[in-house]
Amino acid sequence: MTQNAEHVLDHFELFRGPEYQQMLANKKTLFENPHDPAEVERIREWAKTPEYREKNFAREALTVNPAKACQPLGAVFVAVGFEGTLPFVHGSQGCVAYYRSHLSRHFKEPSSCVSSSMTEDAAVFGGLNNMIDGLANTYSMYKPKMIAVSTTCMAEVIGDDLNAFIKTAKEKGSVPAEYDVPFAHTPAFVGSHVTGYDNALKGIIEHFWDGKAGTAPKLERRPNEKINFIGGFDGYTVGNIREIKRIFELMGIEYTILADNSDVFDTPTDGEFRMYDGGTTLEDAANAIHAKATISMQQYCTEKTLPFIGGHGQEVVAFNHPIGVGATDEFLMTLSRIAGKPIAKALEQERGRLLDAMADSSAHIHGKKFAIYGDPDLCYGLAAFLLELGAEPTHVLATNGNKAWAEKMQGLFASSPFGQNCHAYPGKDLWHMRSLLFTEPVDFLIGNTYGKYLERDTGTPLIRIGFPVFDRHHHHRYPVWGYQGGMNVLVKILDKIFDEIDRNTNVPAKTDYSFDIIR
Amino acid sequence: MSLATTESVAEIKARNKQLIDEVLKVYPEKTAKRRAKHLNVHDTGKSDCGVKSNLKSIPGVMTIRGCAYAGSKGVVWGPIKDMIHISHGPVGCGQYSWAARRNYYIGTTGIDTFVTMQFTSDFQEKDIVFGGDKKLAKIIDEIQELFPLNHGITIQSECPIGLIGDDIEAVSKVKSKEYDGKTIVPVRCEGFRGVSQSLGHHIANDAVRDWIFDKISPEAKPAFESTPYDVAIIGDYNIGGDAWSSRILLEEMGLRVIAQWSGDGSLAELEATPKAKLNVLHCYRSMNYISRHMEEKFGIPWCEYNFFGPSKIAESLRKIASFFDDKIKEGAERVIAKYQPLMDAVIAKYRPRLEGKTVMLFVGGLRPRHVIGAYEDLGMEVVGTGYEFGHNDDYQRTAQHYVKDGTLIYDDVTGYEFERFVEKIQPDLVGSGIKEKYVFQKMGVPFRQMHSWDYSGPYHGYDGFAIFARDMDMAINSPIWKETKAPWKDAPRPSLMAAE
Repeated sequence: MTQNAEHVLDHFELFRGPEYQQMLANKKTLFENPHDPAEVERIREWAKTPEYREKNFAREALTVNPAKACQPLGAVFVAVGFEGTLPFVHGSQGCVAYYRSHLSRHFKEPSSCVSSSMTEDAAVFGGLNNMIDGLANTYSMYKPKMIAVSTTCMAEVIGDDLNAFIKTAKEKGSVPAEYDVPFAHTPAFVGSHVTGYDNALKGIIEHFWDGKAGTAPKLERRPNEKINFIGGFDGYTVGNIREIKRIFELMGIEYTILADNSDVFDTPTDGEFRMYDGGTTLEDAANAIHAKATISMQQYCTEKTLPFIGGHGQEVVAFNHPIGVGATDEFLMTLSRIAGKPIAKALEQERGRLLDAMADSSAHIHGKKFAIYGDPDLCYGLAAFLLELGAEPTHVLATNGNKAWAEKMQGLFASSPFGQNCHAYPGKDLWHMRSLLFTEPVDFLIGNTYGKYLERDTGTPLIRIGFPVFDRHHHHRYPVWGYQGGMNVLVKILDKIFDEIDRNTNVPAKTDYSFDIIR
Repeated sequence: MSLATTESVAEIKARNKQLIDEVLKVYPEKTAKRRAKHLNVHDTGKSDCGVKSNLKSIPGVMTIRGCAYAGSKGVVWGPIKDMIHISHGPVGCGQYSWAARRNYYIGTTGIDTFVTMQFTSDFQEKDIVFGGDKKLAKIIDEIQELFPLNHGITIQSECPIGLIGDDIEAVSKVKSKEYDGKTIVPVRCEGFRGVSQSLGHHIANDAVRDWIFDKISPEAKPAFESTPYDVAIIGDYNIGGDAWSSRILLEEMGLRVIAQWSGDGSLAELEATPKAKLNVLHCYRSMNYISRHMEEKFGIPWCEYNFFGPSKIAESLRKIASFFDDKIKEGAERVIAKYQPLMDAVIAKYRPRLEGKTVMLFVGGLRPRHVIGAYEDLGMEVVGTGYEFGHNDDYQRTAQHYVKDGTLIYDDVTGYEFERFVEKIQPDLVGSGIKEKYVFQKMGVPFRQMHSWDYSGPYHGYDGFAIFARDMDMAINSPIWKETKAPWKDAPRPSLMAAE
């Protein structure tokens, strides 16, 4: 008997016991109709070959292990960034359970969101009644300051019209006539979670600026000195937004963070559950129209939002998830130019410290090959930083990246001697990445938790940066933006490199001559 | 000390009734009327828990429920390891359910085993407009080319498939023929069907019946010689290895497990199940349908069992043995006796730390009742429970075999109700899912995820009970819960002020 009370064995060890091993072996040979192990091995080897890669890249219909989620996730992510706001997803309820789980698993935080719980009858007759009842229930139970509505693919396929539905619901008294119910259509069969972020943010801004769906006069812009800031869909939103606030404050710039979800995904354990915490105030959301400029940290998360804002007379600027020295320089210089304020001395020192750290360590990174996957902007930011470190971002893959993104990536590669053999792969998935890693191996892989399957199959060590990170804790609390964020990314990369060196040199009397204590 | 141990049953009942009245006050009238039917205080002797169940969730409330797709792909079909399960429709459903349930398995992932992978048709707008059948046919071709060792394919429909009227059955038939009768199973588990994941379980069971059982020729022999002791485990999803720590007990008592449904299961095992002499059913809710079908069509009896905690395990082993001869009955006694010292040691160690502690549960499937015995083995008391997607027969079983007089019952609880109930009752532990976990931990209430075992497990069987007991102890007795209030919050004024 392996299990014992004194030292309780977990699943890690329990099933390695001989009685379990025997049981599992019997199960397989007697009942599972397994393939001949030699055949399994043959196919396993074949799946590593260039021939397999060619077939794999030739597929047109099947997607395997995609690195993207669907629009409504991004909409929920944005909505909770506004003060007292409850996201309301119009469609079937199972989706909402998924978004809530997904965000909770990454942030280790509660994630509040309601659904209009549409079922078969709504599929036939439309979801108007679900909207009428749903808004009334949400309003009376959870007392939000605002309810932000988005859709699922179901509501989109049957063609529910949110504008008309919300209007009708208000007429029926679900919520007061002047109550804020911004909305966005976010079909899951268009774009990805970054598109949903974009649509939902635009929907909310549009609501406040352009007359609250015809119920109020449009706002007139009275320019002031403030700067709006948009983070984009970002697994590091907690650390990143706080870092950005610190930078704004160091430079004495007045700012508005649009969709500031940094507090709601990082609430304290002190005996109280905060369904809402922090967030952009509704007043600030409206007043953001008067700002001097709007800065987006992620171009592909704001493709519709920025032109909308720009159309109201502000300067708009988009970055691509700036990570590292050059990208942070550019961000700060833009900030300084727009605000007419010098870059803070403290930041200049931080820049020097990041460079100092890079100088101390880049020898370990120089010339190493990396594969990266994730959202388009994150991929760009990471690749740019690797080039700064003298590394080669050899394969850069975004399932939700398009042709224009790939061209932009190729432009980045062309700008550096280290980018000469690097390629961008738009629209490809992690099964494509597997073929790339087998046929054109790299030293390290950077991506989210799902990359652990690639690490296991191909032996490429995984550095976890991205969304979601389910199997490591609290990374989201540390920024990746700004010079300090660059430092965090640098340390993450270096830790993995040193772990790998140790792992490869730790056999006594065999390889341990390089098992160094000083590096 | 919790309220439940200091008050009489009458007081507890009165408090719980008042609590129900209080939470209903917040709803609009129509909603309050509907929700009232799902909340009750259990009266001993009643045939069920006195709540309505398996009804539509109310729009705009925070329900914990999932959808039919989650029930079919996420629960029933997903763990069948040597088949490829296509999430047919947009990308999200497959992405969110990707490897989320910890259905442990042995196999070479990506080559002959596919559980922790995400296969999707990634529907785009044009697929909605023109239909996805052609794409689906092509996907099956591509799977055959890139994953030649798969033993079968299922098509798990997401919402748009039913709405746009795709004929996935026709595609399945054509492609099956093209690939020499390959098993290709269309499953109509669109998320808008039914009121929860429950209908997805039923639909998935029906798909096994129609597309696997009905296709087996009556003369087909299993690959093994039958014995009088062949049984199948039905309704164990092998979360953290649950089915393994169950299977080992059945085998030790002399039975032979010819199939596992569906955790670590394979197509061959599904096909062999009609040769079993008895189906032993753990999750009644998700797989009673196929068990009843096998009883009617193949004459295979089935019996429910509960492998949480030594009391229920012993009871269940004896119940299962009662279907067999003395050899098996003796085997059951031998197994019970063999593990008794381990159970004694576990209880001796943990019961003193857990005695009298109260628990509130809200889970799916069988757990809102089945784990009660395990808590009781540790001297704990379940003071509130409810099902995400239970039906009346679940509440009957709960009332007749599990809950005590005065227990608070909440069906399809809303986030609001659950928080208020916990706030007022102040249990020592809440057992529910990931969406609830952090809410209660923020409130300073110890919590265990009872869907995923909080990434621990197994919890089934004797080996699992040791882990269960340890986990409950570490949740409740973690030193951090003493720190949730900052020491200066309730402290007297600092001396500095007094010294002024």
